[in-house]
Amino acid sequence: MVQLTLPKNSKVKQGKVWPKPEGATNLREYRIYRWSPDDTENPRVDTYYVDLDDCGPMVLDGLIWIKNKVDSTLTFRRSCREGICGSCAMNIDGANTLACTKGMDDIGGAVRVYPLPHMPVVKDLVPDLSIPYAQLSSIEPWLQTVTPEPAIEWKQSHEDRAKLDGLYECILCFCCQTSCPSYWWNGERYLGPAVLLQAYRWLIDSRDEATGERLDKLEDPFRLYRCHTIMNCTQTCPKGLNPAKAIAEIKKMMVERRV
Amino acid sequence: MSKSTTQARPLSPHLQIYRFTPTMAMSIAHRITGTALYFGILLFALWLLAAASSREQFDFVNGLFGSIIGRIVIFGYSWVLIHHMLGGIRHLIWDTIHGLEKETSRRLAIANLIGSILVTLIIWGGAWAIRGGL
Repeated sequence: MVQLTLPKNSKVKQGKVWPKPEGATNLREYRIYRWSPDDTENPRVDTYYVDLDDCGPMVLDGLIWIKNKVDSTLTFRRSCREGICGSCAMNIDGANTLACTKGMDDIGGAVRVYPLPHMPVVKDLVPDLSIPYAQLSSIEPWLQTVTPEPAIEWKQSHEDRAKLDGLYECILCFCCQTSCPSYWWNGERYLGPAVLLQAYRWLIDSRDEATGERLDKLEDPFRLYRCHTIMNCTQTCPKGLNPAKAIAEIKKMMVERRV
Repeated sequence: MSKSTTQARPLSPHLQIYRFTPTMAMSIAHRITGTALYFGILLFALWLLAAASSREQFDFVNGLFGSIIGRIVIFGYSWVLIHHMLGGIRHLIWDTIHGLEKETSRRLAIANLIGSILVTLIIWGGAWAIRGGL
């Protein structure tokens, strides 16, 4: 359901301003969303100052610097620090992206960091992604065949393999998924851009033989057709992929199989 | 994961923090203009109804629409209509899987807004020129 405002327990309060590092001259302000399950307080936004002469250039570098030097309770997910694991997906400067590939230079003013939008918060910048993961498993993202397995391998032409370009690169960070207003309002019934891009990745795979069944499962007013081409997914994808286009392709397949 | 834990969890901010993009803004504008058209068409129906009733009725409604406030409302309605029509064409293009790229879709959204203002002004300017004044 469309609910434009946040529930009572989710309203964000003014937080604490942490002291500036001593002797530092090159400072960058961070405003970070905080919430802990250990007390009954509402979420708040804390202000930190990062010493740029002692810190790397990316937003993630700043977060790690704060955790190491200022406030060890700050909680966030991160792993590869090179945009391939998708762990550090968060809302930075008003758009969803990966903290490790987003440069502080790209942002004017304070660096505002929030968890991925419209998700239950586990702690600070860590959202609960159980629903998107369950939705991903619902589209059965693996090769399905009826013909007997070949002795060596499933073969694919270069042309057919090229159809997976722009799809296989998805790292499932869910930046697009949680940028979509349709997903905000109907997240439990609409599959969302990330999951639909995965669905298309298997629909278009020349080796997959479950295309009909896959389309049957998507033929639903909510699962697929809640996409209203708002385009936030494509605008925000940190890997430069195009979920909106993949969804448009699925809609086209739906029409084509009827005529 | 127990259900009670999930319920106690806050919902992360969404509309409050998300930076509006041209595509997002024009998507909302398309919805709002679509709704506004229902009210606009009521004005048109009223005008037709008056024309079908009597000369006095028609003169009354026509005079109402011809007043300054009436003209402002109709000017707004014509912009709403054209904005929604251009938005519809944009969606039609997207349905053919064209113009969905990040930069193209952004430009289409901006063109939608500029185009709707331009076309509205041209129509009113044209009407003004033909009538020789408002």
